Amino acid sequence: MSPAAAPALALERITCTFPGAGRAAPPYTAVADTSLRVAPGEFVSVVGPTGCGKSTLLNVAAGLLAPTAGDVRVAGELLRGLNRRAGYLFQTEALMPWRNARDNVAAGLRFRGAGRKESRERADQWLVRVGLDGFGDRYPHQLSGGMRKRVSLAQTLILDPAIVLMDEPFSALDVQTRQLMENHLLELWSADRKSVVFITHDLEEAISLSDRVVVLSAGPATRPIGEFPIDLARPRDVAEVRLTPRFLELHRQIWELLKAEVLKGHVRRERP
Amino acid sequence: MSGASGHRGAVRLLAGRILLLLGVLLVWHVLTSTGVLPKFFFGSPLTVLENAARWFVSGKIYRHLGITLIETVLAFGIGTGLGLAVGLWLALSPTASSLLEPYIKGANAMPRVILAPIFAVWFGLGILSKVALGVTLVFFIVFFNVYQGVKEVSPVVLANARMLGATSRQLLRHVYLPSATSWVFSSLHTSVGMAFVGAVVGEYLGSSAGVGYLILQAEGAFDINTVFAGILVLTAFALLLDFIVTLLERRLLRWRPTAASVERV
Repeated sequence: MSPAAAPALALERITCTFPGAGRAAPPYTAVADTSLRVAPGEFVSVVGPTGCGKSTLLNVAAGLLAPTAGDVRVAGELLRGLNRRAGYLFQTEALMPWRNARDNVAAGLRFRGAGRKESRERADQWLVRVGLDGFGDRYPHQLSGGMRKRVSLAQTLILDPAIVLMDEPFSALDVQTRQLMENHLLELWSADRKSVVFITHDLEEAISLSDRVVVLSAGPATRPIGEFPIDLARPRDVAEVRLTPRFLELHRQIWELLKAEVLKGHVRRERP
Repeated sequence: MSGASGHRGAVRLLAGRILLLLGVLLVWHVLTSTGVLPKFFFGSPLTVLENAARWFVSGKIYRHLGITLIETVLAFGIGTGLGLAVGLWLALSPTASSLLEPYIKGANAMPRVILAPIFAVWFGLGILSKVALGVTLVFFIVFFNVYQGVKEVSPVVLANARMLGATSRQLLRHVYLPSATSWVFSSLHTSVGMAFVGAVVGEYLGSSAGVGYLILQAEGAFDINTVFAGILVLTAFALLLDFIVTLLERRLLRWRPTAASVERV
């Protein structure tokens, strides 16, 4: 495989097994034999029932978690330790509460040895790009949930990662804020195409954002069970695209597959 | 709570508090001057105030107060520094913490005031023995708070900092330390108070100077009014230290949400 053709991120036959909680508890396999390839500049969404090990997969891709079996390749190279080419947008609050918005955005540059003044200037530019001009001096607790997500987005993108990993980043936001953020994300992404792995349990969000949707089975031992290219035209408006016939057709196709898994996951949780 | 009604409410509250104090002093005065309570054992508020005032006018108190405050500040500084260092070390080193755990629990459970005689033997009757006692009191408060602070760093904030490229040194400097210091500051009120207790109790148990020494002397002479005057001065300075801590806290913990700042958003 030539380097140019290598996927930006490749998970090869990943299995993640955790030891049981008690002494007698059997080990728990969160992800089983999962492969996923993301081309440079491709936006891939991964959907699946809640608790199916989606976040585990992302942690493996980030290098925060070593898989029990399988390989992670980044631009063709085997990943050891943290994935330095990836940015990670977490589901829950990840900003440092003791730093204001500007210093939070500048944190990555500072960690990598950039000067204070230069880092702050670039952080201010990024705050403008995510629509937070003039909010640099606010501390995270002085910002709304949507604003904090924007700060996180700027914090991740300022480092110009080749791969962006997103773990249900907008799930805590209200519907309106969420659609604004989704459009904003598409705008930023199309200006500067990065490979994106976007994890969500919201199928509409997945279809409206992505080039490709991967469906995972219900846990435990999650694995991919379906893959759907999304051929909707870009640029998209996430609210408008949901009304097009093609969107509805894709939604119906994917939902048919996903529904069975959601029900399975449900039954397993009710009767463990 | 805002506007004119809030302001008026605050004034009334303050007036009420002052009235309460005056009321207690009045009852004390009436009970002792009518002879219901013997003056010899209970003193008299007027004489207590007079004694306290005389200390300040004659300037006799300043040297003693100065020594007590120096002991407090030293005990606080050294205790906080040690607590911070050991807290960080043990929280980040599971081997050391599990090795030392029972001993730390034991040392914390021990009533450390009884160490005062030993410190007096080791460090003499001067400032050092009081500082040592204060340090043992302050250390554990700070230590436990730092330990807790490091253990409760959000794993997501930590993972995020790592993904942003922080080395383990940078994690210590930019994640663990700020988180731990916020816990230290939230325990500042207690630890400053404890440093003060260490100084005064140390003086009381054996010394040649300090407010605790003044109280001990007065007690030896059955001068109950001077004992009360000493207590009054100590209380006033404890409140002053507490106020300074509040100012410091407001400046250094600006990033922490308070009820008022959440309201503003």
